[in-house]
Amino acid sequence: MPSGTLRTPAVPSSAPPPADGPPTGAAPPRVVARRPLGQWAAAAVVLVLLGLVLRSVAGNDAFRWDLVAAYFLTTPVLNGLLLTLGLTAAVLVLGFALGTLLATMRLAANPVLRGVSAGYIWLFRSVPILVQLLFWFNIGALYPTLLGVRTVHLLAPPVIAVLGLTLHEAAYAAEVVRAGILSVDRGQTEAAQSLGLGRWRRLRRIVLPQAMRSIVPPAGNMLIGTLKGTSVVSMIAVNDLLYSVQLIYHRTYQVIPMLMVATVWYVIITSLLSVGQHYVERRYARGTAGAR
Amino acid sequence: MSPQPAMVEVRAVHKSFGPLDVLKGVDLRVAAGEVTVVIGPSGSGKSTLLRTLNHLEKVDSGTVAVDGTLIGYRRSGDRLYELREREILRQRTRIGFVFQDFHLFPHLTVVENLTEAPVSALGRSRKAATATALALLDRVGLADKADAYPRQLSGGQQQRVAIARALALEPKLLLFDEPTSALDPELVGEVLDVIKDLARRGTTMIVVTHEIGFAREVADTVVFMADGRIVEQGPPGQLLDAPREARTRAFLAKVL
Ligand SMILES: Nc1ncnc2c1ncn2[C@@H]1O[C@H](COP(=O)(O)OP(=O)(O)OP(=O)(O)O)[C@@H](O)[C@H]1O
Ligand SMILES: [Mg+2]
Repeated sequence: MPSGTLRTPAVPSSAPPPADGPPTGAAPPRVVARRPLGQWAAAAVVLVLLGLVLRSVAGNDAFRWDLVAAYFLTTPVLNGLLLTLGLTAAVLVLGFALGTLLATMRLAANPVLRGVSAGYIWLFRSVPILVQLLFWFNIGALYPTLLGVRTVHLLAPPVIAVLGLTLHEAAYAAEVVRAGILSVDRGQTEAAQSLGLGRWRRLRRIVLPQAMRSIVPPAGNMLIGTLKGTSVVSMIAVNDLLYSVQLIYHRTYQVIPMLMVATVWYVIITSLLSVGQHYVERRYARGTAGAR
Repeated sequence: MSPQPAMVEVRAVHKSFGPLDVLKGVDLRVAAGEVTVVIGPSGSGKSTLLRTLNHLEKVDSGTVAVDGTLIGYRRSGDRLYELREREILRQRTRIGFVFQDFHLFPHLTVVENLTEAPVSALGRSRKAATATALALLDRVGLADKADAYPRQLSGGQQQRVAIARALALEPKLLLFDEPTSALDPELVGEVLDVIKDLARRGTTMIVVTHEIGFAREVADTVVFMADGRIVEQGPPGQLLDAPREARTRAFLAKVL
């Protein structure tokens, strides 16, 4: 515990010394906080190291900050960014829709529904997302035609990106939603049942809104993870943010500056999402103590 | 026996949770317009009995009928088939249930708590449901709390909202499971007053409670349950003051 949190008792100077205390003369003894010299020494070392790193970054011309600035708002980069954002939004919405379905199946009384859901979650959490994407990318080897159409035409890379990321996301979303549903008092469901509310209505109007309080924080983490995770689709030639800067540096050989362009964009969007999460959490705290 | 038609007919209901027999053959008849108070020691099956009346709990055998309709099951020959959820939900809209811990919906305002079921289960318009809700809130003395959230209310106020919520469906029968047990002593009276008012209006009610004074004042019939059976029942004057069974006497000696 840092000694800064140690409270000095507010003893009025006129107060008499405690009867059982040692003889003190006129004034009661003052409290002097211990100085954590070791921590300050460590902090100084960290600051020096940080300064050295910053100086080398700023002073290293290979970063080519001029190029970073020049490419930051170019059309290919912005198009890539747009695709990354669209992909993230689609995967989040579809992933949580499928995840909610899986969560309700997992909580159903029917053992087949429970088993199927548990099996799905187990499988899609066990296989790395990159492996899953490459699998869908090559699904044509297993099924050359689907629905009478050549698989490669039906499953273009962007479709595979949405499909693959969604199936993966849903497995995680299912567990988040399930934990959220379980966090809602069983009495809420019973009250809704005794009022004649149907299964779907109970879930949508009563249980899920309350579950959101425990769903939003991990879902926010997942969203940020998904945003960054979409960069794996550059492996299957989908023109996302990372792929579009890769296209540029394959041409110009300016690898580091172009990676910095993508990095700065990822950091900006992630920061905005964190702020947004704060407001969403506030909204779902409605009706709880201290919130309005 | 009352000349009134039976609002509730419970016949030979058995219910067990795994190896534990909780209801061991319960018969109960409640006439329309009457107030029945159920008392008995903890674990005797009072809540379980009440919950079978709106099929929150399934029975193992026996029948429960409310207003002449079997609850939760359909009879065919000598078999009872459980109804589909839709039909059970429709039956429940005719039976109000008030829980010990209120179970208000914390994310909805008071008036939204009252309009949710009429709108979604009975298909009322939101406008009509809101008008009814405000009238009911006025009746339980909470007209000014319509837009508050449940957690901003005292326990007694929350339970009065819960009663109004049950009334919003205009049920034929009201079930109360220890409606004042979660309340601070000084808040018990305001909730009992609301229930007494309902009794005066001729609402058919079954109330599980430990408030013997309330039973004496309001009940038409007091039922004493112990160990999964109805040991004894009768008008409050008889059951509370001159119980026939030794177990009733022993219980009353402890709680009075
Ligand atoms: N869902 C359940 N699963 C297993 N046992 C249960 C369940 N519900 C109730 N019981 C048991 O059944 C018995 C009767 O419970 P019940 O709640 O009906 O008693 P009660 O008379 O209402 O008691 P109290 O006055 O404490 O509320 C108790 O032993 C209880 O532990
Ligand atoms: Mg009980």
